[in-house]
Amino acid sequence: MKKEDLSAFIVFIFLIILFPVLSGGAYTLTVGIFSGINALVAIGLCILMGYAGQVSLGQAGFYGIGAYVSSVLSLHSGLPIVVSVILAMVAAAVAAMILAVPALRLKGHYLAVATLGFGEIINVILNEWGPGGPSGFGDIPHFGLPGYTIDSTRGYFYLVWGLVASVMFFSINLINSRTGRALRAVHDSEAACNAMGLNVAALKIRVFILSAAYAALAGSLYAHYVTFISPGSFSLFYSILVLTMVIVGGITNLWGAIIGAVVITVLPELLRRFEELDVLVYGLILTSSLMFFRKGLVPILIEKINKLKGFAFVKH
Amino acid sequence: MQFLFSGLTVGAVYALVGIGFNITYNATSIINLAQGEFVVIGGLMMWFFSESLKLPFFVSVVLTIITAGIVGLLMERLTIKPLKKPDLLLMIMITIAVSIVLRGILMFFFGKDPYVYHSFTEGEPLSIYGAIIQQQTLWVIGITGFCIILLFFFFKKTIIGKAMLACAVNPTAAKLVGINVSRMVMLSFVLSAIVGAIGGMAITPISLMEYDKGPMLAVKGFCAAIMGGLGSNRGAVLGGFIIGILESMTAGYIHSGLKDAVALIILLLILFYKPAGLFVSKAMLQLRKF
Repeated sequence: MKKEDLSAFIVFIFLIILFPVLSGGAYTLTVGIFSGINALVAIGLCILMGYAGQVSLGQAGFYGIGAYVSSVLSLHSGLPIVVSVILAMVAAAVAAMILAVPALRLKGHYLAVATLGFGEIINVILNEWGPGGPSGFGDIPHFGLPGYTIDSTRGYFYLVWGLVASVMFFSINLINSRTGRALRAVHDSEAACNAMGLNVAALKIRVFILSAAYAALAGSLYAHYVTFISPGSFSLFYSILVLTMVIVGGITNLWGAIIGAVVITVLPELLRRFEELDVLVYGLILTSSLMFFRKGLVPILIEKINKLKGFAFVKH
Repeated sequence: MQFLFSGLTVGAVYALVGIGFNITYNATSIINLAQGEFVVIGGLMMWFFSESLKLPFFVSVVLTIITAGIVGLLMERLTIKPLKKPDLLLMIMITIAVSIVLRGILMFFFGKDPYVYHSFTEGEPLSIYGAIIQQQTLWVIGITGFCIILLFFFFKKTIIGKAMLACAVNPTAAKLVGINVSRMVMLSFVLSAIVGAIGGMAITPISLMEYDKGPMLAVKGFCAAIMGGLGSNRGAVLGGFIIGILESMTAGYIHSGLKDAVALIILLLILFYKPAGLFVSKAMLQLRKF
């Protein structure tokens, strides 16, 4: 891990630990939990887009697979919830693998459309054949280890953000590893990578599977928190929402995915006071942030900080 | 037969949305995902002028077209033009953001209820080969056909149309021969907004219109455009009709819930086996930026 990343990571851990202590309200914590769940999906998409240069509009499909597989297994099979969550991730990974082989040959918007089509097909399947059909089903058990159930909001907050931190740790190490460098090279020039003997296709497929597994983890966390799920939560709009998070936060920085997820999750909550104008205000904020902070919030922040450092250096 | 005609009706709207995508895509390489909102604007503004203000039919049509044109114009001038160095993904995200803004405005003025108004002509439904067809169905298909022919002439025969095509092929060269590229881009947004709004005006008496119908229409229209090969208007029309017909066949013969999946499965198959679409050659595809 690089020095900046390490210090950012330590600050991040402190924030996670301190947040529930400083703002104990159940509502704030719930919004925090949803931010964390969205952050997991966003981190996966960020690696896929920012580092492997592939666009996906189908993350909601994997998110849905995660939620449904884990809920159904934990309801009917008697497996411990941890096992059903892991199996849900495996299921999403397998789906991703099947989709990836033909889809990743496509480029640009064609890949986006293929993943969009995949996500929508999953949504239709959940609507038609999922338990409860379009209205969904409930009574999903809370998350927990065998013999211990996490049912306090604060406990779940720590669980979700603990997982975000672990996923982040793993992902930062991944992109700073040999694989990560190879990924960035794929982003810059596929032809050059092929010439250097990198297996570009296999790399892309692996990242795609990883992002699907992250999304499935988030989906199962969502299901075991709200204990009621319906296909509506896993539609194309969710995929677009995640894409927005990644772009608002800054596609070239993993921290951007987390910041973007928090901003996009919290924003509609803050806009509640505008009542029927909330959609309009949300759209306006989104449009202007895309137009004026084009690189995304985090890369711009880093630029600003570097500039300040530069000034400080000149003064001495 | 019944399903064939209802398929043709929805298909006609998909085709118009698909053409809308093509017009902006050809001029700018942007996929304008607010395309579906133009259709909704068409339907709702038509309701506003003809039912709420009780204006005569033709005045309402003209006013609706003008409104849609202005929306397209404002969208291009306020969001697309200020961005000098275009990053395509960002542009596409911005069109999504704009579509949310438009949806917010529509929801504010029209609320969440669906709207409907009278068919263009009153009269008994027709019966063709045992299928019962509303007169409005014929209007939808006829208007779509008329638009397609009009657009064909526009791009082949008029100077402005040819200039727009030139921008699509090579913006730098177009600039060199004195075409105002920026104006053509603006025009492409206006035109695609109008085409979408015409579809909305025609379909509303049959299928109702509400503020949040846009995204689904955009997805279907986009499928139509991709199916025929992005950029090819002929392809978009055919793609639109194929998707429309297959959808209503599936809904009629198999199961209504599956109709959305069928279009998408076909889309995936086409993407995997013939990604350039049915009407665009591989060589053309390689010239594309995005």
